[in-house]
Amino acid sequence: MQDNALELFEVFIRSKRGLDHKHVGSLHSEDHEQALEYARDVYTRRSEGVSIWVVRSADICASQEDDAEDFFDPNDDKPYRHATYYTLPDAVNNM
Amino acid sequence: MTQQEALQEYLLRLADSDLILSQRLCELCGKAPALEEEMALMNVALDLVGQARHWYEYAAELIDDGRSADDLAFRRDAHDYRNALLVEQPNGDYAVTMGRQFFFDVWHYFTIAALTRAPDERIAGIAAKAAKEVRYHLRRSSEWVKRFGDGTEESHRRMQAAVDALWRFTGEMIEADEVEQLLSQAGIGPDPGQLAVDWKGLVNEVLSEATLTPPPQDAWMYRGAKVGHHTEYLGYILAEMQFLQRAYPDAKTW
Repeated sequence: MQDNALELFEVFIRSKRGLDHKHVGSLHSEDHEQALEYARDVYTRRSEGVSIWVVRSADICASQEDDAEDFFDPNDDKPYRHATYYTLPDAVNNM
Repeated sequence: MTQQEALQEYLLRLADSDLILSQRLCELCGKAPALEEEMALMNVALDLVGQARHWYEYAAELIDDGRSADDLAFRRDAHDYRNALLVEQPNGDYAVTMGRQFFFDVWHYFTIAALTRAPDERIAGIAAKAAKEVRYHLRRSSEWVKRFGDGTEESHRRMQAAVDALWRFTGEMIEADEVEQLLSQAGIGPDPGQLAVDWKGLVNEVLSEATLTPPPQDAWMYRGAKVGHHTEYLGYILAEMQFLQRAYPDAKTW
């Protein structure tokens, strides 16, 4: 068995106190079942009580470097679209 | 034999099996078939060392002759070791490694489950911690037996060969001697008859799912580990494992 015979999976983990699943890395395995086991062994050894998602890397569609300009720039020159643009009244806490 | 003597003996069996299997697995460090598998294997090996340590510590307290847990692990000879014959068998190919692990894990799973109900709080506590680890070990090794058995023609052939070769070492694990009878009557450890039924049941279930043929139940079995009679492999394992402690007794600076 060699790595090239195995598929690449991306691993997302929600830690015990975490609110969302975060991408932690990738691994090679034969199928989802094994990918979950490996994720447990490779990425969750030191924290109990987690939720793991594994996804075939091939199933992930990523935005392209070339798209960056069209995708992200238009928002950058419209500061009023960002929450940080607005000053909160003193009465509002913890935003 | 008093219950105390039986318990000391039994704790050593648990500890020695954990330690020797762990030592075998550690031989694969850096040699596993894939990076992820390497991590998983070493995790299992570390789990087993941790469990061995707890059993040795308790055994050392009960034996109470000045020997520490380390002394029990590193200063006893093969004829004093009480590990199952199965765990000292060589790693072989990966089907052998996983077959050995599977047969042991099934035994371990039912044994530890019974120990969590022991009236002795110390034993129940160690077992409760171990139970979580052992459940995962069993899940992993069952999965591999099925993958190989129900895999390619070659993996099926190798897995069947591994099962056939290792089978002769499984009988003694599920046969009770005086030690286990005595402890079972005191509510410590599995009921001997039940352990055999449970072990065969789960093993046969996984083997059949893996499309493998279980060897005959009445096949001839090796015995002797419970009184310190081992196969030719244990001496070599101990020579390697205990070298440092024997060459440099009480070495404290590494």
